[in-house]
Formats: sequence, C-alpha cells, structure tokens
Amino acid sequence: MIQMKSKSLLIGPMLAGVLLAGAAQAFTLEEFTFEDPARAEEFRDLIGELRCLVCQNESLAGSQAGVAQDLRKEVYRMMQEGQSRQDVVDFLVSRYGDFVLYEPPIRPSTYILWFGPFLFVGFGGFMLLRTLRRKRAEPEPDISESERARLRQLLAQTPDQKE
Amino acid sequence: MTQSASRALIPLGLFLALAALLFYGLQLDPRKVPSPLVGKPAPDFALQSLKDPNQTLTKDILIGQVSLVNVWASWCPSCRQEHGELMRIARQSDVQVIGFNWKDTRAEALQMLQQFGDPYAMTFFDPDNRSGIDWGVYGAPETFVVDREGIIRHKRIGPIDAKVWEEEIRPIVERYQTNPS
Repeated sequence: MIQMKSKSLLIGPMLAGVLLAGAAQAFTLEEFTFEDPARAEEFRDLIGELRCLVCQNESLAGSQAGVAQDLRKEVYRMMQEGQSRQDVVDFLVSRYGDFVLYEPPIRPSTYILWFGPFLFVGFGGFMLLRTLRRKRAEPEPDISESERARLRQLLAQTPDQKE
Repeated sequence: MTQSASRALIPLGLFLALAALLFYGLQLDPRKVPSPLVGKPAPDFALQSLKDPNQTLTKDILIGQVSLVNVWASWCPSCRQEHGELMRIARQSDVQVIGFNWKDTRAEALQMLQQFGDPYAMTFFDPDNRSGIDWGVYGAPETFVVDREGIIRHKRIGPIDAKVWEEEIRPIVERYQTNPS
C-alpha cells in the first residue's frame, strides 16, 4: 500500500513535467506570415494536405514533430520565393514519395486503390441482377405425374378438418 | 461433388483470399515508407565535418567506393542500439561507413562517439535538417547504400543488426562492389 501511494504521488509531478516539456517545445504556425492573405490561405491549405511522416495520422499543419516543423519551414521558404503549390508538392514527393500526399495520385500502381471499390460494387451488382433475373426466368418446375398421384393419395388420407 | 455444391464454395474461397490479403497487409510496417530516391543520384550537399568545423564535406566523399551513409543522432536510442553493429561493420567490411549526423548538437554527437567509439570514416553535420530534407530523412536511424558513382541503391529504415547486415545490406553492398555498376 505504501509503495502504491508513493507511486501515485509521483505521477502528479511527472505528468506536470511531461506537459510542461511539451509546451516548451510546441511549435505554432504564427511565425509563418504572408503579406498576401490568399498566399497565407494557400499555405494553410497545403500543409493541411501533406502528411507528416513521423506521426502518420497527422498532417504537416497539425504535427508537433521536429521534422514536421522543418518541413513547414521549407514549404514556407519555397512559397516566399514565389514557387507554386505544384512546385512544393513535386519537391516533397521527389524526396519522400507519394506517401506525403493524403490523396495518392492516379497511376497504374494505384488503379486498384482508386477503382477497386467500384469494381467490387459493379461485380456485386452484376451477380445480384443475374441471380434475380434467373429466378424470374425459371418458374418453379411443374410437379411430375407420379408426384401428382402421391399428392392425391395424401389428400385422400387426410381426415376432414371440420370440427 | 456436384456442380452446385462446388459453386457454393466460391464465396468462401473469395472471402478466404480477401482475408489472406488483408492479413498480409497487417504484417507490413506502415513506418517503412519506400524511398523514391533509390536508383537516383545522392543529393548534393556541402556540410561541415562533425569533427572539424573548418572542413566542408560534399558528395565527392561518396564517389569512387561503395558507402553506407548512416543517419544518426545522439538523442536517438535506436542509433545507440545499432552502434555496436556499425563498429563491427566498419572493422570487418571494406565498405566505407559515412556518418550523417542529423538534428543534433556537435558537443553531444562528439561525446557519443567518444563514449561508444567512432565507426565513421567521415561524419557530416546537419543540425538544421538542411540536407536531411533533400535525402528524404524522416527519422533516425536510416541507412543508405550508395554505389561508387554516387547513386543510392538501397535505403534501410530503422536500426541495423547482424541479421539485417548479413541478409539485407551486405548482399547489395557486395553486388555493387564487384560490378562496376
């Protein structure tokens, strides 16, 4: 018990330490200023569309990783130099690969990714239609003469249901 | 087996195939992003030597022999983990091991080499990630195999151990050492 208490006592300061360290390191986007508000908007859009490779579920805009900050600076520098959005994207893709893009480009290696779902839906729809059509086209086969005779026999055996 | 019975097995077969595919996908490590730089010339750089700030190292150090370019930093635990293996490679293999000290401070980097030994023939110093972006580095350790023409032939993401060296890296190094490209 005593041990547990001392452990839980430690957690408070440790948590505070972690939070403070995080705050001290945190990066903000405020240092990236543009004279042209349209350019600023474009910058924000662009870093929102690029993936941080360290924390793969975060965009460059949202990530606090050091590498993300370096890349934001690089994107900012390139945009300040007047390079276009496409220039920046090409620059990053040539170094980090398509993976930096949240939306992968359409090319032969990504055809399955882009068109696979439609293929599945199409195949499923085709099978469904085919099954339905076949069901309609084939009416239940008529019963044979021997079955008819057996049916009559069974009906004759059934006692009257009236009470 | 009748025809209808075997037809009924088709959905099961499709399901198993899809499950196998997705299960295979689970084994892949999403952190290992293939580098578009493999097969391309190593990026140009001009950076200070870690040991001597007055000396500038450029891509020329990679020309003429097959090199391992190892991205490392003193703050990186996996770099420490692979350090022993790099020492062994530097001692036993004739591949040139080049250090790419990344987002680090000179004092801490030098201290780590002093403490654990220095496997690097040369180390260039990139504290601000200037060349790191050109090389597509996003985490340490990463190791590039560069052939004698200065073309990147392989990229290893994550630490090197004896198995990785023997099975993954050494065959590539030796292939480019024997064939003049």
